[in-house]
Amino acid sequence: MRSKSRMSPADALSETRMSRGQATLRAAVLAAGALVFLFPFYYMLIGSLQAEPDPTVAGAFPNPANLTLDNYTAINERISLLTGLVNSGIFTGGVLLGTLVFGLLAGYALAQLQWRGRGVTFALALLVQVVPFQLLMIPLYVLIARDYGLSDNYLGMILPFFINSTAVVIFRQYFLQLPKELFEAARIDGANELVLLWRIAIPLVRPALITVVLLTFIGPWNEFLWPFLVTKDAALQPLAVSLANYISTVAASAANPFGATLAGAVVLAAPVVVLFIVFQRYFISTDIGSGVKG
Amino acid sequence: MDTATAAVRAPRRKARPLGRNPLGLLFSAPYLVFVLLVFAYPLVYSFWIAFHDFFFAAPGAQVDRPFVGIDNFVTALTDPAVIRSFGNVGIFLLINVPLTVVLSLVLATALNRVTRFRTFLRVSYYVPYVTASVAVVGVWLFLFNGGGLVNQVLGPLAPDPSWLISETWAMPTIAIFVTWKQLGFYILLYLAALQGVPKELYESASTDGAGAVRSFFSVTVPGVRPATVLVLLVSTVTGANLFTEPYLLTGGGGPNGASASPVLIMYQRGLQQGQPDVAAAIGVVLVALVLAVAYLQNRFAGGRD
Repeated sequence: MRSKSRMSPADALSETRMSRGQATLRAAVLAAGALVFLFPFYYMLIGSLQAEPDPTVAGAFPNPANLTLDNYTAINERISLLTGLVNSGIFTGGVLLGTLVFGLLAGYALAQLQWRGRGVTFALALLVQVVPFQLLMIPLYVLIARDYGLSDNYLGMILPFFINSTAVVIFRQYFLQLPKELFEAARIDGANELVLLWRIAIPLVRPALITVVLLTFIGPWNEFLWPFLVTKDAALQPLAVSLANYISTVAASAANPFGATLAGAVVLAAPVVVLFIVFQRYFISTDIGSGVKG
Repeated sequence: MDTATAAVRAPRRKARPLGRNPLGLLFSAPYLVFVLLVFAYPLVYSFWIAFHDFFFAAPGAQVDRPFVGIDNFVTALTDPAVIRSFGNVGIFLLINVPLTVVLSLVLATALNRVTRFRTFLRVSYYVPYVTASVAVVGVWLFLFNGGGLVNQVLGPLAPDPSWLISETWAMPTIAIFVTWKQLGFYILLYLAALQGVPKELYESASTDGAGAVRSFFSVTVPGVRPATVLVLLVSTVTGANLFTEPYLLTGGGGPNGASASPVLIMYQRGLQQGQPDVAAAIGVVLVALVLAVAYLQNRFAGGRD
């Protein structure tokens, strides 16, 4: 909690201008919002720890002594959680690698180098973000799964997401803020562009790297449709796909289907939620806003 | 030989045809190849498939795929399931888009002026957005099933049949789910836009005697209009892409196709029933409709800029 004395003058000013009633109303709206957003997550965790599903109101506040990890064992017997996590990790890792290496290169070229086609490339990076996937779904499936034979293959999973365009735009935005003189001077000293990028530019945009890693991570980690289309082999399915298959087909035959589903959901959600909470201050509105609208 | 003549001719041509740092093109080449391979080519290919008799063949097999004009479009648009799915996504957008714009702007405005618990509030608003749909679908199934917590709280007011198995409520429930799930992202966009609204406008509004509600409508709403256009566009495109939620929440678009989305039908027709050409035609129609809706939104919400 922040004390009044540490508020900025502007905050203090708006605080005095606003009547007590308005402040109360605002607090009530915000608190109701937080409750609506957080309760399902609390309920997910509680439900995953209950031996029997208890949908009554009292069931939302169970006795801690009755909680059990049985549901986690149950879901792990049906779908291997570890295999799913490893596959999600490889899928996400591949996309992160592509985005960081090639996204940084493109972002740097767009911000600091003068070359023909720069404007068109930047326009493409913005345009690509609004191309609806439903138009690409059938041709991408035909090309990647059929023609290139990359179904049930990590490459096939990664390819459509390999370089995140939002990340390219965010990198460009950050590199634009670096003074041109910095680079001109180093160029005169004969440094080549890769050295400039690696030694000068990247260390100066470190916060952008974290923002981009966070933003890029949630895409493939949470993606369902594409990996669902191209993986039939359970040993290669990311966790989102194997859990969805469990929900849509096997859940009916389990002893406590909700408990097991929610246990799987916790395992799928936990890495992203933890990562997000730890690095939330890098999830900044202005950066991500500019990544979408340029 | 050609390279030699080119080298001789080069100085006469305008120097540096690729710009001052041709290296920029090299640095961007992987990204450009990616865009070409994953976006541009499939985009063109999608139209080609929609106008030809296309079917899955063994890899490498030479098959004849004749041009069939608008046959695939006729097949698609005379299919009642396809028409129904377009209607469903219409219902979805009518609920989801206005709700998204209003709630995210109100919450962003409130959040923008708050000083205490700011981090906690920010994190709780964004958490549904960063979490996998597949994971939160599990909780919603639990919350909204027949004897679930929502119906327990509602008691006699609970709809019968329950939310996800009712022809009336299945699609609205999905629309509410997606609104809840995505809202954090739009709050983020509005928060960014609010930083760009000049403080002086609020000050002069308040000297003119405008209260909080007045200045919200006369300063905030017009001030974030470009963001509103973006939120309308992104939420419409996201809504048209609906797949995971009807696939999992309502067991594949049930009951009786009441919550089937066009993308779900594309999956069923194209990949399960082996008619990728019809599926591609559905995709083309869907995108044309999205573009029309986006144009209208821009026309009415975008103003002169």
